[in-house]
Amino acid sequence: MGAGHSHRLYRHGHSPVHALPPHTKLAAVLAFVIVVVSTPREAMWAFAAYAVLLGAVAYAARVPAGFLLKRLLIEVPFVAFAVLLPFVAEGERVDALGLSLSVNGLWGAWNVLAKGTLGVAASVLLAATTELRELLHGLQRLRLPPLLVQIASFMVRYGDVITDEMRRMRIARESRGFEARGIRHWGVLAKSAGALFIRSYERGERVHLAMVSRGYTGVMPVIDEVAASRAQWSYALALPCAALVVCLLGWTL
Amino acid sequence: MSAAAGVLAAGAIAVSLRGARRELDTAARPGAGGGAERTAPLAGLVAAFIFAVQMLNFPVAAGTSGHLLGGALAAILVGPYTGVLCVSVVLLLQAVLFADGGLTALGVNITTMALTTTVVAYALFRVLVKLLPNSRRSVTAASFVAALVSVPASAVVFTLLYAVGGTTDVSIGKVATAMVGVHVLIGLGEAAITALTVGAVIAVRPDLVHGARGLRQQLKLRVNGELVDAPEAAEPVPAAARSPRTVWIAGLVTSLLLAGFVSFYASANPDGLEKVAADHGIDKQAEEHAAADSPLADYGVKDVDDARLSGGLAGVIGVGVTVVAGTGVFWAVRRRRTTDEEAEATSPADTSV
Repeated sequence: MGAGHSHRLYRHGHSPVHALPPHTKLAAVLAFVIVVVSTPREAMWAFAAYAVLLGAVAYAARVPAGFLLKRLLIEVPFVAFAVLLPFVAEGERVDALGLSLSVNGLWGAWNVLAKGTLGVAASVLLAATTELRELLHGLQRLRLPPLLVQIASFMVRYGDVITDEMRRMRIARESRGFEARGIRHWGVLAKSAGALFIRSYERGERVHLAMVSRGYTGVMPVIDEVAASRAQWSYALALPCAALVVCLLGWTL
Repeated sequence: MSAAAGVLAAGAIAVSLRGARRELDTAARPGAGGGAERTAPLAGLVAAFIFAVQMLNFPVAAGTSGHLLGGALAAILVGPYTGVLCVSVVLLLQAVLFADGGLTALGVNITTMALTTTVVAYALFRVLVKLLPNSRRSVTAASFVAALVSVPASAVVFTLLYAVGGTTDVSIGKVATAMVGVHVLIGLGEAAITALTVGAVIAVRPDLVHGARGLRQQLKLRVNGELVDAPEAAEPVPAAARSPRTVWIAGLVTSLLLAGFVSFYASANPDGLEKVAADHGIDKQAEEHAAADSPLADYGVKDVDDARLSGGLAGVIGVGVTVVAGTGVFWAVRRRRTTDEEAEATSPADTSV
């Protein structure tokens, strides 16, 4: 199982950002996103400043720009809506390129694009520098209910197993000449989904019994307790603090 | 706004954590005193299942395909509390790991996609199962309707949130018709897949379907080539069947509320559905919430403006109504299940096949 635990966004490294305790990074990203979101959308330069800040973090984490940009593509389906805003919004309209666009809608689209991109970039950086197990530990240290964190960690651990199970079922279907082409074939696919549920649930029961027989009582022992020093906190919170300065400037200017 | 939705989502998760323990304890062996330690592995595996099944593509027509959202399916298969938990965990991890949907929209996402779909689907499902004859077919039919309604219901809740938090002059009527219209289409797909999947599970392991727990078949014995009813070991009394009033009332009130909202928005623009269908086409189904929900969620949440102050009061009332309705359903459902469990506990030798 060892290799399977790092997810596809993670990028192994030994930079100072990698070394930070996970919960400081989580807190920093959360604070940064909140600051970005509360920036007025008219202050365009502020968003450029945020991008520069993130660039600095990426440089410190030794995450190459190409890696970051490629991961940013994940955002594309989400911002498709933003492109529609100038056409559907009401109010004052301007003509550009022969199209009648709503001013308010244009601002709205810019708002979604800028804030969305920055938020996703911050999340991608977090995911690229933090291992999954650490992230979950970080969530627990940030006072998420332990049960919730446990459920999440089980999901993460067995997500690949269940996905592989599904892949094997697909291969089995295809090797028997099945190809889903339309609504008529939904019955077969749904039967696969049902079988997958039964297998997942039964696997859950087996996992539970196996764990109970090894002394599991409902609480996961924490072996590597990581406490963040004051220096680490200040290092991690440098990003949201800098962003906060930019945001305040954006409101006053 | 995102804060309010976040608080609501957090509250729902807290309630669900407690409820899920009970649900999963009694899931496999009714009456057997399982421990709280069953919750994490089972809920985790179910969450992994939902995560995986969202990647299962259902082709619609040439080139386009859709996938399950899973809220209704989870509610029917493992119960509302575990369902809320599993979908929330999936959303949480998608937000943190895959940067899907964004962190700030997490509260909104959980409220609309995990809480609303699951609770609405389950409430409706229970009411329908009660009303319809006690058979597998009716369970499948009930899950169809429940899944169908749950998707537009989440769109309606989203529109409510948007009405409070949004600032761009997209009229609420427009948003509502677009959202509800598109989501009715998505809901049809979701309903078909959910019903088929539930049917498939019921055919093999009916004991695993939480929503069909009351459905028991008479054990038959073949004596001299003839099927005869096996003698009952102990009469499995479906105690809840005699006191379904709370569920009925809660369910009816919820559906009335829903019906009111839907018709209100629908009448704001009568030909909205056709228009939306023409504008967005079925291919929207491929992206489902990705295109329809999350960016708007990000958007509605991210604005801080004066309009919010004016809308604040309405928002509080709206959220309050949602909370009251939600708790009402939760309470009713919970009371019902505890009576169910007692009934099952008294008859450990159950005759389910």
